[in-house]
Amino acid sequence: MADTYLQVIFWAFFALMAIAGIRVVTTRNVIHAALYLVATLLGAASMYVLLYAEFVAWVQVLVYVGAVVVLMLFGLMLTRAPIGSANFDNNQRLVGAVCAGLLFAVTSFIMVGAFEGQEIDFTGTEGTKVQSIGEAIFSIYVLPFEIVSVLLLAALVGAVVISRRDEGRVDS
Amino acid sequence: MIEITLTDWQILLVKLLIILIVVPVGALVGGYVLHKEMAHMQHRLGPMYAGGWHGWAQTLADGIKFAYKEDIIPASADKRVFSLAPAVIFVPVLLLYLVIPIDQNLIVEDLDVGLFFLLAIGSVGSIGVLMAGWSSANKYALIGALRSAGQLIAYELPIVLSAAAIAMLAGTLSLVGIVEAQDWPYIVWPPGIGLALFLLFLAGAMAEMALPPFDMPVAESELITGPFTEYTGMRFIFGFFFAETAHMIAFAAIGTTLFLGGYKPIVPWEPLEVIPGVLWFFVKTSFMVFLLLWVRFSFPRLREDQLQKFAWKALIPLSLVLILATGAWILYGP
Repeated sequence: MADTYLQVIFWAFFALMAIAGIRVVTTRNVIHAALYLVATLLGAASMYVLLYAEFVAWVQVLVYVGAVVVLMLFGLMLTRAPIGSANFDNNQRLVGAVCAGLLFAVTSFIMVGAFEGQEIDFTGTEGTKVQSIGEAIFSIYVLPFEIVSVLLLAALVGAVVISRRDEGRVDS
Repeated sequence: MIEITLTDWQILLVKLLIILIVVPVGALVGGYVLHKEMAHMQHRLGPMYAGGWHGWAQTLADGIKFAYKEDIIPASADKRVFSLAPAVIFVPVLLLYLVIPIDQNLIVEDLDVGLFFLLAIGSVGSIGVLMAGWSSANKYALIGALRSAGQLIAYELPIVLSAAAIAMLAGTLSLVGIVEAQDWPYIVWPPGIGLALFLLFLAGAMAEMALPPFDMPVAESELITGPFTEYTGMRFIFGFFFAETAHMIAFAAIGTTLFLGGYKPIVPWEPLEVIPGVLWFFVKTSFMVFLLLWVRFSFPRLREDQLQKFAWKALIPLSLVLILATGAWILYGP
């Protein structure tokens, strides 16, 4: 019985994600696009919950919904975000479609290769504990973790350097 | 979790219903306390007539008044986003209450990642504020929303980092686990670090909720009511007043859970163990609400740039130092 519930929930969130995802690229208002993106990301978070990856789900909400989209909205509203529809289309649909198709193909190829044949045991599991994720990150995956940290730090410093350069020019 | 029987669903439903009733009622009482405390700290009486004794029915009367107001949507507003925004602000606040332990076994869901859930859900409301500000087609509303988002981005970090330090000390993200891991004297332990973390959390919480002295997003002398300028009636009540008060009580409860030992007695003394944890939790949360209101009514509003400077140049470096200190305490402390 619980399985049927899960099926219903899964397909409901799947429909939400699909519709919202399509609206992100078809809507004629840039703020609406960002808000549809919020719905898509929340749908992805719910998928993680259904897969027992609770921690990943809330990371998704905190980082993508709470920070990335807020920053996007912030940037859009600070620059140009008129109410009503505007034409943001350009002549690069073909390039976009090719890139998206390639990305989809590569990602699905890697995913299928990595998880082939593995099935999540849906009977009586409690899901992954945060503790085991932490232990994995700081023991087996500590090198990738540190490399990513340095990369993010470099990006941060780079962003500051690039955004400060103009100010220096004005002064001199 | 998967072998859900119908009774589990029913229990969950009842718990959700209780939350749906208790939170708005709590927000009403909180609103009354807010008006009274503000009045008395400013040598006024506050509402005195509605209902008889000390105007206890004033917030109820206010609520009824707002319910009868016309629901106005500005002609040039983005109607769908405008109507949806108060819900996007209010629902995450309600969800915060799902993981706060009122007593050891009195909690809607003791999530393994409870603390992280609080931080994640708490950040969603800012999207609602941005929606409200942008869709109003009003420049004051838009400026207020931008200030609100900027404030949230700046003060999210001190909150997350102080919560991370608490999780390090407790060794778990489960809120029941965090309360159980705390020993007397809760807040001043480990010495210095605990109190500093608490103050950091308070400052971050007040800024995230845009309470004075951090209320630049709704600074009435410059921006009318910021993102809520165009709202009336029930949308205003739910998006602004209820959300603000319920958010404040939620943060008081979170502060109680993280720093004041939650549902545990104030001092570990045998006779005090008889008093149920719910009562301790209530007393401590009320104290936290009082503290938040006290700060709110005592300090004048900062300026927007002072607020940003305070976050980036004082609070965030301090919180990083505190994380280091906490780590050192765990490694080398007694």
